[in-house]
Amino acid sequence: MITIEDLETRLSGFNLREINLSIEEGEFFILMGPTGAGKTILLEALAGLIPIKCGRVLIGGRDVTRLPPEKRGIGIVYQDYALFPHLTVMENIKYGLHFHKLNRKEAEKGLGELIEELDLAHLGNRLPLNLSGGELQRVALARALMVNPRVLLLDEPLSALDPGFREDIRHELKRLHRSSTVTFLMVTHDFAEALSLADRGAVISSGRIEQIGTMEDIFKRPSTEFIADFVGMKNIFAAEFRGSRAILGEDLHVELGRRPLNSHGYIAIRPEDIVIHKKALASSMRNSFGGVVKGLFDQGFYYEVHLQVGKLTFKSLITKKSLFELKIHEGVEILLSFKSAAIHTF
Amino acid sequence: MRRSELFFWITVSCGIVIMAFILLPLIEMMTAPSVTMLQGAIQDRNVMHSIWLSIYTAGSAALIAFVFGTPLAYLLARSDFRGKRLVEGIIDLPIVIPHPVVGIAILSVAGKNHWIGRALGEVGVRIMGSVTGIITVLIFVGMPFYLHAAKDGFESISPRLEGVSRSLGASMFSTFFRITFPLAWRSMLVGIIMCSARAISEFGAVVVVAYHPMIAPVLIYERFEGYGLKYSQPVAVWLVLICLGLFLILRFLTLPKKKEI
Repeated sequence: MITIEDLETRLSGFNLREINLSIEEGEFFILMGPTGAGKTILLEALAGLIPIKCGRVLIGGRDVTRLPPEKRGIGIVYQDYALFPHLTVMENIKYGLHFHKLNRKEAEKGLGELIEELDLAHLGNRLPLNLSGGELQRVALARALMVNPRVLLLDEPLSALDPGFREDIRHELKRLHRSSTVTFLMVTHDFAEALSLADRGAVISSGRIEQIGTMEDIFKRPSTEFIADFVGMKNIFAAEFRGSRAILGEDLHVELGRRPLNSHGYIAIRPEDIVIHKKALASSMRNSFGGVVKGLFDQGFYYEVHLQVGKLTFKSLITKKSLFELKIHEGVEILLSFKSAAIHTF
Repeated sequence: MRRSELFFWITVSCGIVIMAFILLPLIEMMTAPSVTMLQGAIQDRNVMHSIWLSIYTAGSAALIAFVFGTPLAYLLARSDFRGKRLVEGIIDLPIVIPHPVVGIAILSVAGKNHWIGRALGEVGVRIMGSVTGIITVLIFVGMPFYLHAAKDGFESISPRLEGVSRSLGASMFSTFFRITFPLAWRSMLVGIIMCSARAISEFGAVVVVAYHPMIAPVLIYERFEGYGLKYSQPVAVWLVLICLGLFLILRFLTLPKKKEI
């Protein structure tokens, strides 16, 4: 188990502030946040690679705050892999064995397993220079896991890879995590990636942790406007709450189906939860408004449709197929609906 | 840049002027002495002795710069601290101070009038007129060149490599010798060569501290003063050939080899 208490860094520019986090033994925990939020700095602070101003880091109940990096039992895999360029793949993987008194037979066995699991047998004598991104990443993983760390820190392990490799490595990570007892702490700026890998996570922004919880919680119940936006809730509106209704803008009344505790706040709706249609629907959707199409944005398989309702702009995702079926183009008047249950308030 | 533009032709012609300015005097001097004169010079024991002394003292200075300069170069490459700019400025001082002043400055510490000089004298170390003195002066003038090259070398290595090494259980010492040093050795070697090239060409500072034993530049000066241009040229040719050799080795080593990193 990793416990971080009131951690603050002491760097010349950007710093982490009041980081409190607790990660279970063997968990796959994800730290999310936009670029420049301090994710990598937090990893490096845990690994003991940057100076700490105050606070404590405990790993398995042992206070490691003042220990040098080599005594912490924390492995790190960087986004740029950081393989030793002057050593072959095999020398890279076995590097940590110089400093760990492992039983020789056990080490050989562990090495064999890792090489098989990560499919590295054919790369042994090559230099990192000649490897592809996916191969580099697998070598970096093997090197870190070779010395049986208690915790493995992964700094955006997927973002530098080609999309094809990304899928592979993601599966690899999941499998490695299942087959070992190592606690995985991974950093990413991609929420979809986080959702597919971890059970729990935290969102960090400007050096502070904004929310900690299960991925579902963060996804469905973001605690701040920033997180709502980060997890893809594109429709965020300031609202006044009256009873079970939210009043947006001047006079748009939205039925929430429940009573929020605060009188002012925000409502957030995912674009995929907003349905567009031409005629009134006979459905359970309690909120239905007329609007004008203001913009269409190609997102690959989907179109993001911007709809103006009064002074507010709603964003909805629809497939290309329905775009053609509904004959939507800019300036068309149309109806949009969403369920009360799809509305998130905070 | 388009070839038809005037600007292009200005850059090219300035380049040609500078090339000629550097090469013409050198070529003229190199081709002036006859083969017999060159042979005579190389057979002259004084010439050989002075050239050997130049190489020996410059090499020693570079090795000492390597041993003591490496940790400082690493410190400057890796950490930010208050007064770092000042330290870097101090390191560059030997480059900007006039050479005879360097010699005088060293003598003012190493002479009999200073307690350091007296202490050195008591343990039998003499700076004035000795090989030790020459090496001391050459370290002084050559050190900045080693420090710069080594620092650049360390800066070009990602600190993440060192971070990963430590997370894998290596101490800072092990990390330095297993990761940093093998990756920076080429820059350090370049630094050693730069430092010795600078040292081998030093005249002003050495002549103040030690006229004898005579290094090659002092010998060339003495021949020029005593016998004229013609007699100083053959020695100069041999010294230039050696400097050129050093320069070529430097260029060769800095060229990245295809198969290596």
